[in-house]
Amino acid sequence: MVKESETILLKGNEAIAHAAIRCGCDGYFGYPITPQSEILETLALEKPWETTGMVVVQAESELASINMVYGGGAVGKRVMTSSSSPGVALMQEGITYMAGAEIPGVIVNVQRGGPGLGTIQPSQSDYYQATRGGGNGDYNIIVLAPASVQEMADFMDLAFTLAFRYRMPAMILSDGIIGQMMEKMVLPPFKPRRTDEEVKRECPWAATGRSGREKNFLTSLSLDPAWMEEHNKHLQAKYETIRQTEVRFETYNTEGADYLIVAFGSAARIAQKSIEICREEGLHIGMLRPITLWPFPTQAIRQLSERMKAIMCLEINAGQMVDDVRLSVAEGCPVCHYGRMGGMVPTPEEIVQQIKSQLIK
Amino acid sequence: MTREDIIQPSNLVAGRPTLMNNTPMHYCPGCSHGVVHKLIAELVEEMGLTERCVGICPVGCAVFAHNYIDIDWIEAAHGRAPAVACAAKRLYPNHLIFTYQGDGDLACIGTAETIHSLNRGDDITIIFINNAIYGMTGGQMAPTTLLGMKTSTCPYGRQSDLHGFPLKITEIAASLEGTCFVSRQSVHTVAAINRTKRALRHAFQNSMEHRGASLVEVVSTCSSGWKMTPVEANAWMEKNMFPYYPLGDLKDTTKDNRPQKTENR
Repeated sequence: MVKESETILLKGNEAIAHAAIRCGCDGYFGYPITPQSEILETLALEKPWETTGMVVVQAESELASINMVYGGGAVGKRVMTSSSSPGVALMQEGITYMAGAEIPGVIVNVQRGGPGLGTIQPSQSDYYQATRGGGNGDYNIIVLAPASVQEMADFMDLAFTLAFRYRMPAMILSDGIIGQMMEKMVLPPFKPRRTDEEVKRECPWAATGRSGREKNFLTSLSLDPAWMEEHNKHLQAKYETIRQTEVRFETYNTEGADYLIVAFGSAARIAQKSIEICREEGLHIGMLRPITLWPFPTQAIRQLSERMKAIMCLEINAGQMVDDVRLSVAEGCPVCHYGRMGGMVPTPEEIVQQIKSQLIK
Repeated sequence: MTREDIIQPSNLVAGRPTLMNNTPMHYCPGCSHGVVHKLIAELVEEMGLTERCVGICPVGCAVFAHNYIDIDWIEAAHGRAPAVACAAKRLYPNHLIFTYQGDGDLACIGTAETIHSLNRGDDITIIFINNAIYGMTGGQMAPTTLLGMKTSTCPYGRQSDLHGFPLKITEIAASLEGTCFVSRQSVHTVAAINRTKRALRHAFQNSMEHRGASLVEVVSTCSSGWKMTPVEANAWMEKNMFPYYPLGDLKDTTKDNRPQKTENR
């Protein structure tokens, strides 16, 4: 067992597993897929069912995994799954049912290149899928994008907190770089699992057994379109509250900068290095890193764009978040994009070149 | 003797279980669902499990089962009820968690979830209503539709070369190490209803005692889907369904001395 506040060296995937055990997670349900299998492997090694009582199940598919999360969330427990891009595509059924039935749960996506089986190398090409809901119907999920092994661990408890605060799925959208790389980090402090009584009190809506109240029933179905429209309005009002209150982002080097990079997750880590190289060459480039991809930091980007000559969106995909950046910026602020695809990752020098050729024309 | 003398609690031989409410059922006349619902409501109450019971609804006619029985329910996606139940049971090991599924839900779109839940030995009860047709969507071919049987998607009768064979998933379930009790029953006579109730009680007990997975199939009628009167449907079921889906216990490890699932939680 790791001591409190001890600095240790961990892989991003291992950090997720350790953080889950320490943040009072009640259950993990998952299916192996590269590059995230260390999450289930670490949990199997740690045997949390003997210590905290956390349940760990290797499911028969991602479809089963997400429906186990649906079931675990429906009974008010803090449950999660993890997968990588093709597996998360398969999970979309369960995610939209969770959104419809207002069932909380956490999904970790350690992205790899696509489409289809694609590659096992890192990518950020599931941005659209994650931030537009991903499944059928009008819905959103909360999306957190960690840029370090430390954030992989720190976002675990945050994801559960947000998922339960709003009774909806929350996703940690990571990628093969953060999942596989090792970094120094400090695990979050230990927090016990909630007792069944605490769950009953905190989740009066959950199917915990009909005791001292009317029956509870969780569903995403109604054959009455008028009711279903009201339900959709309720969901949209909830999403609007989240857009107003839960936006998270970080800025770097923006004071006095004329040009801005917008990048999330591992792309932001690479961009940070590129910005340092630029500084040595006398170029002042700032960066905004969205931490929540949904809700998107629209206002912050708009405000910064008012004093920027141009913005470059750096992603490890064909250009997805750049749409949201273009929708955010003040009129007249040019926006360009640079990205690599299929599992290829840009180098800091490559980005510096793009800064010089695309951003500062 | 007056009418009032006769209507006394001591003379009551049958009634609506207290867990069943007054909501008018959406099921068609002659449908087996109502009878099985009543048995579930009776058993949950008799076994004192109302406060520790969660039912998982399927997609299909029984998607509205929650309307009639006053326990907590979760509505699952089509075929995924066993996965939902697996999580619920592992998180509440001392609760009765059961799924209620039709043939399309359990034996077609949810085959993987069904087999793997049974094979893991999840301590749940799966109640399987097999009426050999898709009732909710209007009478299409099911995995359990008999050869020669006409449905809207095999209007000239099910043919093995075009549609494959009717699936005996309950026999598959009995072959899995994780199941402790697998039984096939019906509810078309009073005696059959009593036998089904006994089977369901045994299954619920197994679930509460962590003996592994139990599956109770109820060979059922769908008079609307079969385009028959309820009486004709019962006769047709006896003549055609029972020879292919014979009634009785297929497996009971609590009776024979087969090894029980090792407890490791």
